Amino acid sequence: MLGKLTLSAIPYDVPILVGTFIGAAIAGLAVVGLITYYGKWGYLWREWLTSVDHKRIGVMYIVVALVALFRGFADAIMMRSQLALAYAGNPGYLPPHHYDQIFSAHGTIMIFFMAMAFMQGLMNIVVPLQIGARDVAFPFVNTLSFWMTTISFLLVNVSLFIGEFSQCGWLAYPPLSEQQFSPGVGVDYYIWAVQLSGVGTLLTGVNFFATIVKMRAPGMTYMRMPVFTWTIFCTTVLIMVAFPILTVAMGLLGLDRYLGMHFFTNDGGGNQMLYLSVIWGWGHPEVYILVLPAFGAFSEITQTFSRKPLFGYKTMVYATASIMVLSLVVWVHHFFTMGAGPNVNAFFGIMTMIIAVPTGVKIFNWLFTMYKGRIDFHATMYWVIGFMITFSIGGMTGVMLAIPASDFVLHNSLFVIAHFHNVIIGGVYFGYVAAMNFWFPKAFGFKLNEAWGKRAFWFWFVGFYVAFMPLYVLGFEGMTRRMNHYDNPEWHPWLLIAEVGAVLIACGIVCQLTQLYVSIRDRNLAENRDLTGDPWNARTLEWSTSSPPPFYNFAILPEVHELDAFAHDKEAGIDTRQAGGNYQPIHMPKNTACGFLIGAFSFVMGFGAVWYIWWLAAVGLIGVIATVIARSSDNDVDYYVPVSEVVRIEQEHTHNLMAAQAAE
Amino acid sequence: MKKKILPRLTKLMSLSSAALLAGCSWDTLDPKGVIGAQEKSLILTSTYAMLLVVIPVCILTLLFAWQYRQSNTAAEYLPKWSHSNKIEVIIWAVPSLIILFLAVLTYQTCHSLDPYKPLEAEANVKPIHVDVVALDWKWLFIYPDEGIATVNQMAMPVNTPVDFRITSDSVMNSFFIPQLGTMIYAMAGMQTQLHLIANEAGDFQGESSNFSGRGFSDMRFRALAMPADQYSAWVEKVKASSEQLDSASYPKLAAPSEANPVEYFSHVDAGLFDDIVAKYNNGMVMDKSTGKMLHVQQSAMSDMNMKE
Repeated sequence: MLGKLTLSAIPYDVPILVGTFIGAAIAGLAVVGLITYYGKWGYLWREWLTSVDHKRIGVMYIVVALVALFRGFADAIMMRSQLALAYAGNPGYLPPHHYDQIFSAHGTIMIFFMAMAFMQGLMNIVVPLQIGARDVAFPFVNTLSFWMTTISFLLVNVSLFIGEFSQCGWLAYPPLSEQQFSPGVGVDYYIWAVQLSGVGTLLTGVNFFATIVKMRAPGMTYMRMPVFTWTIFCTTVLIMVAFPILTVAMGLLGLDRYLGMHFFTNDGGGNQMLYLSVIWGWGHPEVYILVLPAFGAFSEITQTFSRKPLFGYKTMVYATASIMVLSLVVWVHHFFTMGAGPNVNAFFGIMTMIIAVPTGVKIFNWLFTMYKGRIDFHATMYWVIGFMITFSIGGMTGVMLAIPASDFVLHNSLFVIAHFHNVIIGGVYFGYVAAMNFWFPKAFGFKLNEAWGKRAFWFWFVGFYVAFMPLYVLGFEGMTRRMNHYDNPEWHPWLLIAEVGAVLIACGIVCQLTQLYVSIRDRNLAENRDLTGDPWNARTLEWSTSSPPPFYNFAILPEVHELDAFAHDKEAGIDTRQAGGNYQPIHMPKNTACGFLIGAFSFVMGFGAVWYIWWLAAVGLIGVIATVIARSSDNDVDYYVPVSEVVRIEQEHTHNLMAAQAAE
Repeated sequence: MKKKILPRLTKLMSLSSAALLAGCSWDTLDPKGVIGAQEKSLILTSTYAMLLVVIPVCILTLLFAWQYRQSNTAAEYLPKWSHSNKIEVIIWAVPSLIILFLAVLTYQTCHSLDPYKPLEAEANVKPIHVDVVALDWKWLFIYPDEGIATVNQMAMPVNTPVDFRITSDSVMNSFFIPQLGTMIYAMAGMQTQLHLIANEAGDFQGESSNFSGRGFSDMRFRALAMPADQYSAWVEKVKASSEQLDSASYPKLAAPSEANPVEYFSHVDAGLFDDIVAKYNNGMVMDKSTGKMLHVQQSAMSDMNMKE
């Protein structure tokens, strides 16, 4: 009846997990209690959980990402503490069974549920506004994408308290991840979580590709598209190419595990290197799926706060597009040490380092955007400058790893860990946080506190160097990744320094949470409110509407005359909003619970399949299919906003604008 | 802004560059064999080449940020300026040239440091052969010419090329002696090759550098490089062991164990390595000199059960 699930799957004998469970339960009950106390369940359900509004979905994505950051970081600091302790005979406090789950969960959560969710949140909030559209191409698919990501993250967290998570690293290399060597449910949790969230991401890719191709405002040609939209455009292409490969990899591994097939097993004709090839066929483009939007955000922020247009817009577009193409032909650099011939290795090594050219060009472009500007050192600019320096170093170590003969001694060492945290923290994370600080007033109508933003930056920036520079050193000292304990006296001091770095980063996260708290507390102060919708004197269309924008974004779709449409209009004295113009009824999608329901049933299916509770998995699958059928046959999915409502909302914003101008 | 950033940065930069240069005590930067030495010099050369761009970028970033700060109204401000062919040419050309240099270097070193390429040695020195099997969680070394085997310890004469054949009888591992250079994966059913040499005597740490499960952290071995006469003595010492490795004792050895002690086997069944590879390939094994598939006599392995 319950498949493999028995009472012994509950880890009540592991104090760390019991403590975590109690903490999570208290926090969960507190949230539920507060919502009930304030009677907000109806509001939450109607306005958020069932919303198809891209801005609200974007906010929810980022909330999920911040929760994932918290979980992923908790894993990180536990690993660093283990390695600070587990030296010279001391086993530390995490036995391999637990430690191996933690590093597997850390990577899985940080990539799939922190970075990917953050990135999708940003593209949701910004892209439709930036191209002058009222919503995405497929609003229902958008809510479905969000729920698939969210329930997958939930599934990973359920593995904390029911059963176990994968102990095979974040990419679950076979044959270790096969039934023969990992008979527990950990790898199954991993497969289902990755597989279900992959569905959500792929749908996001399709959705935003269609949105950008079909729904740009009149006059916005491709070469007038803002750079952030360009980077998202390239990212969606990569998602559509790469995520099906991930689906296949997980599918084949699942067939091996569930049906005893032999795609990647040691015997029966299986080949483990096939898995490596397939998973990295997804995995390498994935890196660029994450970092391209960060590049886009840096471009928008740098030009806005340097008070001049981006240097070399066309170069930036071509560089982005060439990175997109090149990122698909470099995946073998993740396994140079498998014994391929010198020509194969040379090809993939050289292709990899060629990516450094367009990436280097981008760095120079930001540099020359600052050149002869008037740089406003807003908190977001701190992240930009921190990024440019940190990412240059990370890029350099990346090229070192791209040279096969160097990789022969650095592969799988802590040097690799240092390198990819160097680019993912210094590039991706700095970019997303900068973007959050930049676009926050657009989403909520008030600014984030700058002082706490700068404190967060300094802790992250210094903390990053203290935590990861020692890992470069350890890589040269021959320390491999995923070690649980060691007895080399030369490694110990460096690991202690890295632990200090992790604590500094923890302070950075606390500063970010404080920043959110302080900003929400002070949201009604005059200097924090954004009445104009354009708090930074920015250049692109999202700033031409109010903050937060009305649910339909633009009462009249803006006309685009040039690159940086809003900057052009401001200069030429054109009212981008066309306030008081000829308003028409606006066609909008209705909210729907179907995305939530499909997500919930998918969760049930995944959980059932993990534990071999087949009736439960069947209930989930049937629920998914039934919801899809119900949704497909529902014709009542849209409505028109009457002109009177549009006029009321627009007049209110016009009033705000005039009040703000008068105040100046 | 600058006052805060600059001192910290210079400190960090000097820390990391000092880290790169003061490498004497570090394994991969303290190589004891010609392969490792070449890899070290490759890493340093490529780093210096890239620093030609990275250092100016870091300096220019801070310089521009400071020079064009909002409060410095004396600085030139060009609110419309966003294009310059001259700058575009330079910013594409400089990284391209460096990458071109590195690409040539990459192609050359891919060939010169190809792990499958036999090493050249002095005329009268014959390479020794070592077959390596990754087990859960220990390393088995088979010396086919001497007919001996060891666990978690290997020895080699100095200035003598060592020809490794590497496989796994479990999950994937990576065979790595940091001070000698290049690592190569160990995979079940496949045999990879590696050629290393120790040019100095020493006691080097060896490890698996691909995560392989519970006992991974203790899956270490010592690689002893010693003068030829001491090496012969070491072989004799192994030959004096009372333990033997045959079809009866192998499954016991292959069973998972953690932090396995060093073991010596005075005798090992000829063809054990081929049998381990062949059992995952329907009894076939590839002859590395001809590339042909050969059928292995499975007699020695007849009672050695497949794990699955």
